[in-house]
Amino acid sequence: MKANYGYMDGSGEYFITINTDPCTECTEHPCVAACPVGMLEIIVDDYDDEAAAVKEEHRKKLKYDCAPCKPVAGRSPLPCVTACPQDAISHSW
Amino acid sequence: MADKKKEFWRWREYNWRDESKDWKSADVITAGVDVGSVSSQAVIMLDGELFAYSNMRTGSDSPDSARKAMSWAMEDTGMTLDDVHYTVGTGYGRVNVPFADRAITEIACHARGGNTMYGPTVRTILDMGGQDCKAIHCDDRGKVSNFLMNDKCAAGTGRGMEVFADLLAVSIEDVGDLSLDVDEEPPPVSSTCVVFAKSEATSLLRNGWSTNRVLAAYCSAMASRVVSLLERIGVEKDFAITGGIAKNRGVVERLERELGLTSLKSKYDTQIAGALGAALFAKALEEKKRAKAV
Repeated sequence: MKANYGYMDGSGEYFITINTDPCTECTEHPCVAACPVGMLEIIVDDYDDEAAAVKEEHRKKLKYDCAPCKPVAGRSPLPCVTACPQDAISHSW
Repeated sequence: MADKKKEFWRWREYNWRDESKDWKSADVITAGVDVGSVSSQAVIMLDGELFAYSNMRTGSDSPDSARKAMSWAMEDTGMTLDDVHYTVGTGYGRVNVPFADRAITEIACHARGGNTMYGPTVRTILDMGGQDCKAIHCDDRGKVSNFLMNDKCAAGTGRGMEVFADLLAVSIEDVGDLSLDVDEEPPPVSSTCVVFAKSEATSLLRNGWSTNRVLAAYCSAMASRVVSLLERIGVEKDFAITGGIAKNRGVVERLERELGLTSLKSKYDTQIAGALGAALFAKALEEKKRAKAV
């Protein structure tokens, strides 16, 4: 399942997509520790699979909460995306 | 003394029951309670078949709304909460359904409910709810494969439509039909914010636009807003719409026109999709529980 967490408003579209099928195969979930603002958590979803998800309190302010990892110039690869061994995380912006 | 202000946004609350069914002869009685931000529904199923449901406005207290919706669905049946084997809570207030055995997200429940309402060919479900909008892809069993939800602002939601009904003094149930009664399709109003759309509508009325034309401009804006949400995950056929806005022809027809697709129609009430899915989940979970106990 592709879970899109985020929103679209007048300024643009801000979604973090987590592909839960490969995500459930990962046991370590290094993405959780990799996020400097602790935005990710492991949940048991509606189908009883364990997968990463964006915490509820961050879902409506991704543009701002992800900003430290997305400087206008000299952007490094995103820590959550790099940490995921399953290549299951992507950002829409 | 001032007259009591007419509430144009207020939609009809109702309950329904299949009087040909006797719940006492059912083996598995399950319930789904969808406590949304604007409306609450309770669905009761007997052995996986729809028996009764209610649809009412959510109050300020979610547990109370859940209890009221459930007791209204059970009205005149002689059934009590103790007779229900398994209850699943869903929706915005799903964790506040005091008698629920489990809470499941409305995304999974809408997919499951949509699969039953529209059949196994449905692949894209658009739920236009009271204060959010969800685009869901699902497989032939109603399992979610992709979803996207926008609940950051009221544009493209039922609450936005209620605001417009009140502003234009048109009953919410007539908005869709009246919006189609225009000679020429007007350009849409602001689709990104209900507050801006409302002030834009006020100036359009001042400039001599008819009420129907303003309604058409708003329904069109809502359709455009939702199309951009759907475009993010893509629309796979068959396509269906659930939620209260599915009853608004003005939005549905414009949406279909923009997508170049016709949405599936169902004999079920589109507002009960989430609660219906929850009741179906409840049946599967009750059967699993019984199988484990053997």
